[in-house]
Order: sequence, then structure tokens, then C-alpha cells
Amino acid sequence: MSRLIRMDHTGHTTLAEWTADDPEAVDAAVRAFRAELDQGYFGMVSTGEGKAEQVRDLPLDAELVIMRLPISGG
Amino acid sequence: MATETLGEGLPERQAVHWRPLVDERRLRHKATLWTATTTAHVVPFVAAGAALVAVQPLAAPVSLVALAHAWVIPELYAHRGAVVVRPKAPRAGAEAERVSVGLLGDLIGHEARALHARTGLVLERGALGAWLVGPAGALLVRPGGRRVYCWCVRVNDPDLPSGDRIAHLVLALRTDERGFATVANLAFSGALWRIRRRLPKSVRPALDAGAQAARALDRRATA
Repeated sequence: MSRLIRMDHTGHTTLAEWTADDPEAVDAAVRAFRAELDQGYFGMVSTGEGKAEQVRDLPLDAELVIMRLPISGG
Repeated sequence: MATETLGEGLPERQAVHWRPLVDERRLRHKATLWTATTTAHVVPFVAAGAALVAVQPLAAPVSLVALAHAWVIPELYAHRGAVVVRPKAPRAGAEAERVSVGLLGDLIGHEARALHARTGLVLERGALGAWLVGPAGALLVRPGGRRVYCWCVRVNDPDLPSGDRIAHLVLALRTDERGFATVANLAFSGALWRIRRRLPKSVRPALDAGAQAARALDRRATA
């Protein structure tokens, strides 16, 4: 089961869960992912120890996709 | 100096497109500038203090004031650097803090999780050195473990729980280390001991672990 989560004021919120063989769940996850991108979030996936990658489309095979906000110098 | 193309790095770099991408050479250049600035602040005051006493021993109180300036100004710079990782009271509720720390724990390894529980900072090893990431800033301990860069950097929502704020920075750092250092604002660069004594005792073990990791990076690079 893959998960799409957003880091927010509650700690994090699970926006969608899907498996690749469930088209309805995949469709809902893709829509949720795009809605977060429209809100200014970035999609992130881990790509190994100490490595992460920003994704512009929902990677259906990823176990965990995290939505994060932009950072800036303080 | 030409700005490198943005490529596939951190998208946040677009907000500071005029800044050259941080790399080894630029880090060394910044270190030289910081050392020169510190020297330029200290040497004239020490020289003036010594000259005053030599010319007129009765001017010793004024000489002491000059020496105090020579001591205080570098201390203030180091203080500004240490502040970026000083613990601050969480703004989010206890449950949100707990959930956010759980997610952060999933992202980092056992060693980093234990260090975060003790000190509030997360240790990440990168190509530029060992990073210690807090909710509103990060320290970069350079290979060799003798010099520290203090970066002011944060997610643009100060009300997020601390674990999430660190996780935002960790994910950005893991995506593009040089871009992360480019987006962040440099608050201080100098000797590790200058920062260490300005940190709360609870945070110092993180700096020690960062220095140890940075020495290991140095050994690996020279092996």
C-alpha cells in the first residue's frame, strides 16, 4: 500500500492510499497530488539512504510520497 | 560571476537566482572572508590597547576597553551563528509534535533518531560535510571537523510542529545539498570551538557527533 502524506499543523495528514492494481484509488491519489501541487507544495520521494527527489507526477510505485512546503533563508 | 543554470536542483533556488551555487571553492572563499573580517576586527583593537599602555600606562583602563571590544565582537558573531540551532519553545500542540517527530523518525536512521531525541538536531552526511539540521537552521561541519558554517534556513510556516520543520529541511537538503546551502543565509563561519561554547549544553553532543562525522568524511576523502 502506497501513501501520499502532507506535512501540516497536525504533524502530517494522509491524503491518499493506493495500490497499483486499484485504478480508482490511483485516480484519487493523482487528483490529491495535483491539488497539493496547486497549493504550492512540492512532492518528495526518498531515493535511497540520505537521498530524496522532487517529483512532478505521482510515482505510483513509491511507498511514500511526502508533500512539503518551500523553504527559504531566515 | 556567472550564475549557474537552475537545472533540476531545488525549486527554491529560483527565489535567489542571483546567488551563485555554493560549492567547495565558494565555501573556502566564504571561510577566508570570515577569517579576514574577524582579524580586521580584533587586530586594531588589540594593537590600540597595547599601544596605549606602552605610551601611557595610566591609560590602562582605556586599553582594557579596547581589548574588551576585541573579545566581544567575535563573540557576537559566534552568538549569531549559534542562535540558528538554539532550541525554541514549540508552537504546535503536543500531539502534533509527537506525530511530526514520528514521521521524522521514519525518514532518518536509528543513530540520527537517537541524536535528535537527545539534542533536537538531526545529523545528515553530505558531500560538503556533516550537517546538523534544526527547526530553523542548520550547521555544516566541514570535513576535518574544525570549521563550522551556520545557516539560517526554514520552512515558510513557523507554526508547523518542530519535527515537520526539520523534515522539510532534511528533504530539501537530500534533494540538492548545494542548492540548500545557496538558498540558506549564512549567519557565521568559523572555528568549531567558537560555536560549541555558545550552544546550550544539551545541544553540544550534536556538534560533537557532527565533528566526528566530518572527521570520518575527511579520512574517507584522503584514503
